[in-house]
Amino acid sequence: MFGSLAGRLQGIFRQLRGRGKLTERDVEAALREVRMALLEADVNFRVARDFVERVRGRAVGAEVLQSLTPGQQVIKLVHEELVELLGSREARLDLGQQVPAVVVLMGLHGSGKTTTAARLAVHLKGKRRVLLVGADVYRPAAGEQLEVLARQAGVPARVAQPRSDPVAETRRFCGEAAALGCDTVIVDTAGRLHLDEELMAEMVRLREELGPRETLLVVDAMTGQDAVNLAEAFHRRVGVDGFVLTKLDGDARGGAALSLRAVTGRPIKFAGVGEGLQALEVFHPERMASRILGRGDVLTLVERAQAAVDEQTLRDWERKLRQADFTLDDFLAQLRQVKRLGPLEDVLKLLPGATGNRLGEAKLDPRELVRAEAIISSMTREERASPEIIDGSRRRRIARGSGTRVQDVNRLLGQYEEARKVFRQLARWQRGPRRQRPDRLPRG
Amino acid sequence: MRTAFGRLLGRPSDDLVALEEELLLADVGVKATARILEALTDRRSAREPVRATLARVLEEILDAGPDQALRLDAEPSVLMFVGVNGTGKTTTLAKLAARLRSEGRMVVVAAADTYRAAAIDQLRLLTERAGARLVAHQPGSDPAAVAFDAVQSAMARRANAVLVDTAGRLHTSSGLMAELAKVRRVIARAVPGAPHEVLLVVDATTGQNALEQARVFGQAVAVSGIVLAKLDGTARGGIVIAIREELGLPIKLVGVGEGLDDLVPFDPRAFVRALLGGSE
Repeated sequence: MFGSLAGRLQGIFRQLRGRGKLTERDVEAALREVRMALLEADVNFRVARDFVERVRGRAVGAEVLQSLTPGQQVIKLVHEELVELLGSREARLDLGQQVPAVVVLMGLHGSGKTTTAARLAVHLKGKRRVLLVGADVYRPAAGEQLEVLARQAGVPARVAQPRSDPVAETRRFCGEAAALGCDTVIVDTAGRLHLDEELMAEMVRLREELGPRETLLVVDAMTGQDAVNLAEAFHRRVGVDGFVLTKLDGDARGGAALSLRAVTGRPIKFAGVGEGLQALEVFHPERMASRILGRGDVLTLVERAQAAVDEQTLRDWERKLRQADFTLDDFLAQLRQVKRLGPLEDVLKLLPGATGNRLGEAKLDPRELVRAEAIISSMTREERASPEIIDGSRRRRIARGSGTRVQDVNRLLGQYEEARKVFRQLARWQRGPRRQRPDRLPRG
Repeated sequence: MRTAFGRLLGRPSDDLVALEEELLLADVGVKATARILEALTDRRSAREPVRATLARVLEEILDAGPDQALRLDAEPSVLMFVGVNGTGKTTTLAKLAARLRSEGRMVVVAAADTYRAAAIDQLRLLTERAGARLVAHQPGSDPAAVAFDAVQSAMARRANAVLVDTAGRLHTSSGLMAELAKVRRVIARAVPGAPHEVLLVVDATTGQNALEQARVFGQAVAVSGIVLAKLDGTARGGIVIAIREELGLPIKLVGVGEGLDDLVPFDPRAFVRALLGGSE
């Protein structure tokens, strides 16, 4: 996600960077581009307007235009305001001391409440004992869906009967939580096609009678301009402690993320990022801002890698990273590891510099991996260590040996070259003169 | 295009700036809005209020003529429902089943969403209510096989229509898109000329991403039309203007409520009136 916005802003910034001096008109033109990029990313019209106003207000200050690197200054301002808009720190779930701690999930139809409820249960596993409560008494088979997901998540579930009073039922289930050995109750509520008074009244009653510790609004990351109305209405009427942004694994640029926070002041706490019950992540605003600016989400990648890769391999990688030597053997080993990190496209998107080059566009499917293994296995040891010796006749031999075509070999070598570039970039980061952490931006 | 936009921004003619804001707030999108305002500037005349001209421009974009109606002539007509997660595919399908039943047609429904938990149960309840026949396999089974069985069953019973429900999927997931393309291929092989409609269900609250959905689903399964679901809220659904303008796909149906009869043929005129807030 955010792919295009990142690409767009990078383009704008490249132009600014190249300039020694900026006039007010230059800044004006760049800001117009920024505004359009934000609108194309579904940031709300008014939020985008205010954003650009704020940046303009700071940018026309004399010190920016007269500084030696005006372009950099403007970029810095945009980044700072972006982080400001997204929230500067991650906001964790706060479940407090009281037992059971009640978490209520609300949202429109199809935003992903039920899936999020089950994912949240999985997320809390090991720390809390969760009871899932289904309070959607309207949608056909909503209860069944929650029960199936609860079984998959390995937590108990209680489901209100169709057409019963969901508030009374939920209160009863909360009373049973202790007897079931549960200290946390996650309530999946009914959705509506849109905001209506009946739904709001039900949510207000739930909130008043249950006194939930956290009331989270689940919002589809693909939501357009209406995200603002949605967030405002729920926040004003019911009260929202935070948001869960779902379907972030698509290519939605997710401008809704910026709008939600801007109009309510409440943080985004989680992001849904894939299929399956593991696909819920704590939302990291700073990383997201860096991702918007095309700097990659290295920390998330490292975290995921730590979960999937054993420590020895990780140490090896780190060593290679420092030495920036990266052979085809390493490439193959990495491809194999990456298989365990999740869908390749997702992983590649997290890499810095992956936006807008061949790596970012790469759609790798598992069959590609099999082919890559075959090709690399058909190379001699010398070829793997120094790929530059692979000439035309060697390519033909490798293709024959691996049952692929010369084009496939060429493509693999191209991909390896891209990966090596990224590796070099990472290595530079690690050794950088200012010892930057990857989540920090260079100053000025 | 860009210059037209810049021109409009640079020379604040109040009414155009206000219209631009309205279009953008309705999710029409930056590019389509710029082109629409350009067309509007060309066609403005002193005799007509500017909003009326704009309404005309929008209606002309949206009007798909004979392509507007669902293709239901073939026996059986096979209609596939596709889209990302949570847009309202299953509900839309049930509403259409109910409408076709009320017109006296015999309808078979294929539960080819074998992935989402309890999707088959939901569809069973809804098809029962609509009075249609359900063909379903076990959860987790091959969706293409379900679609094939449903089509076979429809032919054996001389049913008029087969409605195929598919699992929601993000268009960025190439594996799942390939699976969907297979469902389409299997249907095409079972009945010549089928599927007669591949309907992409778009949630009216969706922003610019719907354009990408239409593009990618279009490439994978040759989408023939758009269903705009959940249009009864505060969202205006303006993204279908961009979809129609850029990809030429007709908008065929609109979902306007939760009842089984809340699915109506798309009417460009009514849609534009609602989009522009009814004040002309």
